Amino acid sequence: MDTDRLIRTLAADSDYRAKSVGWMLAVAMVFAVPVSSAMFMTQLGPRADISQAMSNPFFELKFVIVIALAIAATAVVLRLAQPAAAVGRLNWLFVIPAALIGIGVATDLLMPQQLSWSSRMIGSNSMICLSAIPLLSAPLLFAALAALRHGAATRPALSGAFAGLLSAGLAATLYASHCFDDSPLFVVTWYSIAIGGVTAIGAFVGSRVLKF
Amino acid sequence: MRGGETEWTGLMRSANAGDGVAYHRLLRAITPVLRAATRRGLARAGQPVEQAEDIVQDILIAVHLKRHTWDANAPFAPWLFAIARNKLIDALRRRGRRIFVNIDDFTETLPGEQPEDTLPPGEVASHLEKLPARQRDVLQSIAVESVSIKDTAKKLSMTEGAVRVALHRGLSNLANKLGKE
Repeated sequence: MDTDRLIRTLAADSDYRAKSVGWMLAVAMVFAVPVSSAMFMTQLGPRADISQAMSNPFFELKFVIVIALAIAATAVVLRLAQPAAAVGRLNWLFVIPAALIGIGVATDLLMPQQLSWSSRMIGSNSMICLSAIPLLSAPLLFAALAALRHGAATRPALSGAFAGLLSAGLAATLYASHCFDDSPLFVVTWYSIAIGGVTAIGAFVGSRVLKF
Repeated sequence: MRGGETEWTGLMRSANAGDGVAYHRLLRAITPVLRAATRRGLARAGQPVEQAEDIVQDILIAVHLKRHTWDANAPFAPWLFAIARNKLIDALRRRGRRIFVNIDDFTETLPGEQPEDTLPPGEVASHLEKLPARQRDVLQSIAVESVSIKDTAKKLSMTEGAVRVALHRGLSNLANKLGKE
């Protein structure tokens, strides 16, 4: 086919308006969040003493950190879906969760505690944490990648990684209400490993499915 | 060049506001620039520049299908060149792989098979054949025979809306097939 004909054909299709990637991602999450939530409620559920836990600032800090992480990852992943758009300053959003966890860890270490720092770090739930966060992430990551295929990721592995980070951040938000380990030392260790794993999976899958 | 690039941004904004003529003009304006850049890229990679047209068409389809990812407040040219660069790199990578595969083919094919000595009809045209019937007919009519949407609808006894949908789906499918090969 000669290029002039192709151009005329494309112009004939110019009425078609694609939805923005942000919209697609929002729709994807509307479908995926209930799936992950249902998985969470049927398999794990919030911890029994949740009303008491609410009064512990370290319990609340977990949510703030992982939600901040998910928001930062969402902002970056949407920017990465636009060719030639600069991500630059958006990376600063990650300073928020990083600073929060840093402050949390410092406070935890400075406060008098009954348990040693190593037993607070090792906690009692690490294996559940390492499996629950990736499993709860799966529907979210699948949906996020499907939505991002509507974008134009010129760096598909990087986009996939941030999709993984976003999914793991949301999954960790669910998991945090089940987890008995509130110490920031536990969070910085095990949540990071679980979230990092999902990020790596996102990068791997993204490098394949987000190419356009 | 700067003047031209500013003009592109204006044309794309008008196109997004529903101006089909502006969109057609934009595509015509960017094509020679894309062609020249693609030829340069192929030459630098030591590839025959005759392949440029397939890649240009691939870029144009991507521009068309991904134009919603352009931020209307940003200049158009950097977005365009990012898409073009992505497609050129992808094409070179695929051609590299194909050359490798061809070397394997030579050792394994039976002697007596004749190598193809005619030029391929172009990647877009060859993928057209593999589309679902409805999409293929619509694209064939509009793209190859240059029949308008209205007359295509009459000819294929479809509604204009159905023709538009088939056209868009056909182009999306075509883009997927071009990317997978």
